Amino acid sequence: MINLTIDGINVSVSKGSTILQAAREVGIYLPTLCWHPDQAVKANCRVCVCEVEGNRLLQAGCSTPVTEGMVVKTKTPQVIEARRTILELILSNHPQDCLNCIRNQNCELQDLANEYMIRDNPFELKVRGYKLDRSTPSIVRDQDKCILCRRCIDACSVTQSVFALGVEGRGVNSMVVPTMGLPLMESPCVLCGQCIHACPVGAIYENEQIDEFLAAVADPDKIVVTQIAPAIRLAIGEEVGMNTGELPMEVFVTGLRQMGFDHVLHTNFTADLTILEEGNELLNRLKEGGTLPMFTSCSPGWINFCETFYPDLLDNLSTCKSPQQMFGSLVKTYWAEKMGIDPAKIYSVSIMPCTAKKYEASRPEMNSSGYRDVDLVLTTREIGRLFRMSGMDFNQLPPSDFDSWMGKYTGAAVIFGATGGVMEAALRTVYEVVTEQELKDVNFTGVRGMEGIKEAAVDLNGTEVKVAIAHGLSNARKLMDQVRSGESPYHFIEIMACPGGCIGGGGQPLTKANKKRAERIEAIYVEDEGMPIRKSHENPEVKIIYDEFLHEPLGHKSHELLHTHYHAKNKRYL
Amino acid sequence: MDYKEIIASYADKPGGIIEAFHAVQSQLSYLPREVIAEAAQVFNIPVSEAYGVASFYSMFSTEPRGKNIIRICESAPCHVAGAAEVVQALERELGIFMGESTADGLFALEFTECVGQCQATPVITINGEPYLDVNAATIPGILAKYR
Ligand code: SF4
Ligand code: SF4
Ligand code: SF4
Ligand code: FES
Ligand code: FES
Repeated sequence: MINLTIDGINVSVSKGSTILQAAREVGIYLPTLCWHPDQAVKANCRVCVCEVEGNRLLQAGCSTPVTEGMVVKTKTPQVIEARRTILELILSNHPQDCLNCIRNQNCELQDLANEYMIRDNPFELKVRGYKLDRSTPSIVRDQDKCILCRRCIDACSVTQSVFALGVEGRGVNSMVVPTMGLPLMESPCVLCGQCIHACPVGAIYENEQIDEFLAAVADPDKIVVTQIAPAIRLAIGEEVGMNTGELPMEVFVTGLRQMGFDHVLHTNFTADLTILEEGNELLNRLKEGGTLPMFTSCSPGWINFCETFYPDLLDNLSTCKSPQQMFGSLVKTYWAEKMGIDPAKIYSVSIMPCTAKKYEASRPEMNSSGYRDVDLVLTTREIGRLFRMSGMDFNQLPPSDFDSWMGKYTGAAVIFGATGGVMEAALRTVYEVVTEQELKDVNFTGVRGMEGIKEAAVDLNGTEVKVAIAHGLSNARKLMDQVRSGESPYHFIEIMACPGGCIGGGGQPLTKANKKRAERIEAIYVEDEGMPIRKSHENPEVKIIYDEFLHEPLGHKSHELLHTHYHAKNKRYL
Repeated sequence: MDYKEIIASYADKPGGIIEAFHAVQSQLSYLPREVIAEAAQVFNIPVSEAYGVASFYSMFSTEPRGKNIIRICESAPCHVAGAAEVVQALERELGIFMGESTADGLFALEFTECVGQCQATPVITINGEPYLDVNAATIPGILAKYR
C-alpha cells in the first residue's frame, strides 16, 4: 500500500493507483474530460490538474501515479485558476450553442463550465467551421464540438476493433475524423453508436427523427403502429427520472398511446418467433451438415461488421432477419390482414436501443411486405425526449395492455436484450424440441453476465452442442478469427455488437460506465423471472401465427418474409 | 519503382512506415490515398492509423501538390526579419496563394516552422534545401533554377 495525503486527508491505496483514484477513495472528485472509467488513461485535456508538493508544475491527476508520502492539493486557488484557463481554452473554439445542442444538460463540458463559473472568456471565440457529417442514416458527427479527448477512438478501436476513427493532423489543427478523413459512411464504421456513449459532449449523436414521427401522427391517413425492442423498458425509466427497470411495461404502453401511437405491439413477439425459426435452422444445419458454427443475426451492428470484415463467413450467419425486420414484414401482411387494415396506411415505427437499426430498416432488401417494412426507427433516447416533452408524470399514468396478435411475449424474448440472452432463449426451445422432454430448469446461468466471451455445452439427446457468446466486436473478432482459421470448436455462436448486448446499445440512455450496463442486465433477468411463460415456443400468439399463417418454421412463407441474405460491403479502406 | 515496391522495401524495418512515406513522396510529391492504404496493409495497421501518421507530419501532404515544394519559415525570428515580404514576392511570382500549387504542377507554397537556420533569416527551403537571407529581389533568381 502507498500512503499519501490529499487535501490534508490521509489515504492508503494500492501501488499503481493514480491521484484521481486515490482522491475518490476519500470522496474527492477531480474534474475530468478525457478520462473514462472503462478506458485507458489518455491525459490530454489537463482539466484534472492538482498541486503535488515538490513539483513546480501542476500534475494531471488522472495519469500521475501516487508515491509514498506524496502531498496532493486538489483545490488551491492556483489549481482552480489553472483548470479555469484550461476550460476557457477548450471553450475558445467551441460553439457556444448549448441551447440548441442535443447534449444540453447532459454534457461533461457544460457541467464543468458551470461548476468552474466560466463567465467572461478572455480568449476570442474562433469556431473551427467544420461541416456536419450526416452521411449515415444512424449517426451524426459535429466536429466543431469535438474537444479532442479521443474517447470515441478508444471505443471504436479497443472495444469494437473497427478502427473507423483516428486523428488527422496535429496540434491546434488536429481533428478526430473517420478513416482517410472521408465521410463516416465511407469508413468501416458499423454504426454501433458506442462512440456516442463515449463522447463527453455533443460531437457525435444519433440521427434524430422525432419530426418524422410527429408528421406521421398528424397525418389522418396513417395508422401509426409501434414495436418495442426487448432492451427498452428497463432503460426508458432512466430517461424520465426513474431507476433502471422501475417503469412498468404497462405504464410505458400508456405513455406511447398518449403520444399518438394507434397500436402498441412488441418486438418481443418476433423475438420469440426468431427463436423458432433460428432454432430450427440450427437443428437443420446440424442434421444436414450445413455451414457451422451458425452465427446469430439479430444485431445489425454485428451484421455490418461481418459484411465488412468477414465477408468470407457470411454463410455462417443465420438467414433469420432480426426481430425488428421480422416484425416489419409481418405487421404489413399478417397483422394487417387480421385487423382488416390496408397495409398501405400502416406507418410502422420501431423503438430500438440501437443506432444501427436505423440503417438496417433502410436496407433496400427490407421490403418483403411489398412496402418499406419498417418506416421509422426511434432510439430509446429519442422516445425519452418525446416523453419529457409531453409533461407526463409516469407515477400517475394508468397501465394499459399491448394490442393483439403481435403483442404477447415470453421471458425468453425479454432476455434477448442482454448478452447471452438469445443463446439462452434458443437453448430453452431447442432442448425441448430435440429431447421432447420438459426443461426442468430454464436458467442457463453460464451464458449470462459481462464476461467478454462465454462458452457452454449442452447435451441434446446424446449429441453435445457447443456454444459461444461474445459481446463487443473486439471479442467477436476473436471468435471470428478462430472460425476463419478452421479452429472453432463451436456449433452456435451468439454475437451482439454492443458491450452488454442491446441493453448497452448505441441508442440507449447515455451510459458512460459498464457498471450501468451490468445493472440493466440484472433488471432484465428479474423481468424474465417474473414472466408466466419463459419459453418462446409456448407463446400463444406465436402458436396462432404458425397455425393460421406461417404453417411451419422455415416454411415457404417464412422464407419469403422472415429470412434474408447478406452482402459483402467491400469497403475501400479498412 | 512503383509505390507498392517502394513500400514493400521498408516492410521489415521497425517504424518503416515513415521512411516509406518519405520515399514515395519524393517521387509523387504527395501521398495519395492508395499509398496510405497500401502502407497500412504492409505494416499491418488500420488505415485510420496510417492516415493519422501521414497527416501528422507537416512534411507529408495527403493532397496533390506541385513538384517543387517551397516552404517559408514562419517562426518568430524569420517573421521579424520580413518573411511576410518573401511570402508576397513568392505569391506574386508564382501567381498562387500560400497552400496552393501552380497550374503547371511545378511549384507548391507552404509554411513551415523553424528549420534551424535562424542565423540568416528569413529562410525558405525548396525540396528541403535551405536558402538563407532571402528577400523579394532574390526570389526570381532562386525560382529560375527549378523552371
Ligand atoms: S457540446 Fe456541451 S458545451 Fe458544447 S454546445 Fe453542446 S451542451 Fe454546450
Ligand atoms: S458507430 Fe461504432 S463503428 Fe462507427 S465510429 Fe462509432 S464506435 Fe466506431
Ligand atoms: S468526438 Fe467526442 S469522444 Fe471523440 S474526441 Fe471528440 S469530444 Fe472526444
Ligand atoms: S482527465 Fe486528466 S488529463 Fe483529461
Ligand atoms: S526562425 Fe526561421 S529558420 Fe529559425
